[in-house]
Amino acid sequence: MAHYLLIESRDPFEYGDPVQFADLAVDLAGAGNQVTMFLVQNGVLVARAGAAGGTLQKLAGEARITVLADEFSLRERGIWPEKLAGGVNYGSMDQFVDLLMADDVKAVWH
Amino acid sequence: MASGKTLTISIMDPPYESGTTTTMLRIVDAALKKGHNVNVFAYEGAVALPLKTQAAHPNPVKGTTVEEQHHPTTSGFISALFEAAGLTGAKLDWVNCGLCVDERGATEWVEGVRRGGPGDFVKFAQESTNTLVIGTR
Amino acid sequence: MAKYLSIVERAYHGTLEEQDDTILWISHMAKKAGADVSVLLRANAVNYAVQGQNAEGLTFGAAALSVPPKLDQDIAELIGAGVSVYAVSDDLERRGIGRGDIVAGVRLIAQREMAKLFDQHDQIWHW
Repeated sequence: MAHYLLIESRDPFEYGDPVQFADLAVDLAGAGNQVTMFLVQNGVLVARAGAAGGTLQKLAGEARITVLADEFSLRERGIWPEKLAGGVNYGSMDQFVDLLMADDVKAVWH
Repeated sequence: MASGKTLTISIMDPPYESGTTTTMLRIVDAALKKGHNVNVFAYEGAVALPLKTQAAHPNPVKGTTVEEQHHPTTSGFISALFEAAGLTGAKLDWVNCGLCVDERGATEWVEGVRRGGPGDFVKFAQESTNTLVIGTR
Repeated sequence: MAKYLSIVERAYHGTLEEQDDTILWISHMAKKAGADVSVLLRANAVNYAVQGQNAEGLTFGAAALSVPPKLDQDIAELIGAGVSVYAVSDDLERRGIGRGDIVAGVRLIAQREMAKLFDQHDQIWHW
């Protein structure tokens, strides 16, 4: 089994595809893989508490999926800690690179 | 200190058009600081990122001068990344896809950038610890 | 040998050069360079598999685009070169594209089968 580092850079309210990317994350986890979903750029817009349901709800509660949101992208968009949705953890670029450079990680940008 | 690991990134967006440029620069910066070697394969519009003919400009809305505005250039940031690589013993290899360069006339680059092609990207992917392809919209 | 999955998701983002689509092109170049590469068409890029696409006839002033892209032929040539070309059947259905409409040799997979396809490859190039 592999570790997938999935990177979502897009806003699901602008494009329809991020919903399917979240479905893929669930399917990969269901196949026994470990999945980290790293939200970056406009992908963090789902991470604001109160944002309309959709991709985050698909990922939350999946034991093999960890959701990280890029702290710079959050800050740039005024999504401060008290506004972060449940189930989302802060991620740093250092952490991202460590994940990317670990053994047996498949990185997929969206 | 060099880590012995290598990251390959492929990027497509031209300068000043997409957040992918900023994110890519951040990834390369973080990776080099950790001592990882980084290969960048610049495809399509991204071959304009290291153009040395980029020039800073003022902001007429704010009434700033060129000096006051300190407008960044992507090529300036890329030059800084080449310098940063040297500090940790890591290597930055930036390849501009040659046919993309030709069709855009994007031929004058900052020091360190070289011309290449898809064969370089395949070689990078085969020899790296990991490969991250950043597409365009 | 490592296996690479090259995914095309966004279609028709430029119709100026014969090499558009640039991802189908670089995937074919990767194959020529010896890489074991497969191609997956998803989202609106499934339309690349449709037979009978025609981008001829563009002119700008007196200048003509004389060598337009022929994407259905590009798909056929990828298959002929030994590249496995997949398309997501859900995306075809959403767009009203029937199996009879697409280039012979394109393999259909359901969206839910994408995870399995990912697991079968060592690197995923999602352009």
